Amino acid sequence: MTRDRTPRPPAEAVLALLLLLAAVPVSAHQQTGQAAGFLTGLKHPVSGLDHVLAMISVGLWGAQLGAPALWLLPVVFPMVMAFGGFLGLLGVPLPGTEIGIAISAILLGLVVAFEARPPLWVAAALVGFFGVFHGYAHGTELPAGENALLYSVGFVIATGCLHLTGIAIGLIHRWPVGRIALRTAGAVVALAGVSFLWGAVS
Amino acid sequence: MTRRPLSLLGAVAALTLLPTPAHAHLVTTGLGPLYDGISHLFLSFEDLLPVLALALLAGLNGPKAGRLALFIAPAAWLLGGLAGFASGSPLLPGTVTAASFLVLGGLTAADWRLPSSGVSALAAALGLLHGWLNGASIAEAGREALGLVGIVGAAFVLVALLAAFVVWLRPPWTRIAVRVAGSWIAAIGLLLLGWGLRTPP
Repeated sequence: MTRDRTPRPPAEAVLALLLLLAAVPVSAHQQTGQAAGFLTGLKHPVSGLDHVLAMISVGLWGAQLGAPALWLLPVVFPMVMAFGGFLGLLGVPLPGTEIGIAISAILLGLVVAFEARPPLWVAAALVGFFGVFHGYAHGTELPAGENALLYSVGFVIATGCLHLTGIAIGLIHRWPVGRIALRTAGAVVALAGVSFLWGAVS
Repeated sequence: MTRRPLSLLGAVAALTLLPTPAHAHLVTTGLGPLYDGISHLFLSFEDLLPVLALALLAGLNGPKAGRLALFIAPAAWLLGGLAGFASGSPLLPGTVTAASFLVLGGLTAADWRLPSSGVSALAAALGLLHGWLNGASIAEAGREALGLVGIVGAAFVLVALLAAFVVWLRPPWTRIAVRVAGSWIAAIGLLLLGWGLRTPP
């Protein structure tokens, strides 16, 4: 009688294989999309030239107007813009959004170009009115699967930084050459607004 | 090495490969519930931003308001957290946290001068609401209540540092910067509320 010499797998390996096959589904879900939501929100406002020019113009105008408009506009604007986003999320219709955004660039460019100095409430109302359009159009464009809160955080931070950039650039207003440069920049923004309007109506 | 220890070693190695249901949802650091709680506050914007707003508001309202908020908010957070943990279910929609963003951020943006009792009441409301939600989530996830201590400790340190910093600020433009931060938090809260109320298309 001869013994069977066929090699057999070690018992430990068989046991390990069986245990692996007995794996149960892991109920955990990873919190994916968190950073993506934040980065999308951060990127969104700077990806549209209409939004960029309008936000920077608000800062430039605030710098031209000086205090108290200089600090009132950055405090009020994010909340008004978020109100526009809130309306968009609730599905409240706001006709002519793209036209409103284009007109905002034209008017904000013109007030900077002409260094307009209306009463404070008029300036706040003008900026607030157009802020609603910008929030409505841009604040609700969340890609599927991304975190809404972090998208909103990124969106508000990016818009606020654009605004602060405008204010920082506007500090050149203290020099005569700087004033001319600011007014020229306003004219360029107004011309770009005409181009946006053409695109919106055609 | 004899055959028996080898078998035992193999069995232990195999058992370590056996996954178990994790049921995880809250952030885990691998360092235990206390550190999970600490990291939760810093990684969860729905809790972090209202705490920042409270610290900014308390700082704008002076040292007395800051001192009261420093102790009342964490105490209320722990109380609410234990109640939520005992309840085991949040009962409230997560969107309710938008109220903290809107109220605290809005008051900071407006630079609203409140009596110390007003700041204390807001600190208590914030702590109870967010603590309740945290405690209920921890219980739902089957985790230890010790995580609440981590959250409360982190909130205490955050309020202490930020409120003291705001109280210390002197140049007028720094007060405006604090108000701008408050307006950003309120704006995020308004959008958060919109996302919560939104009906899917």
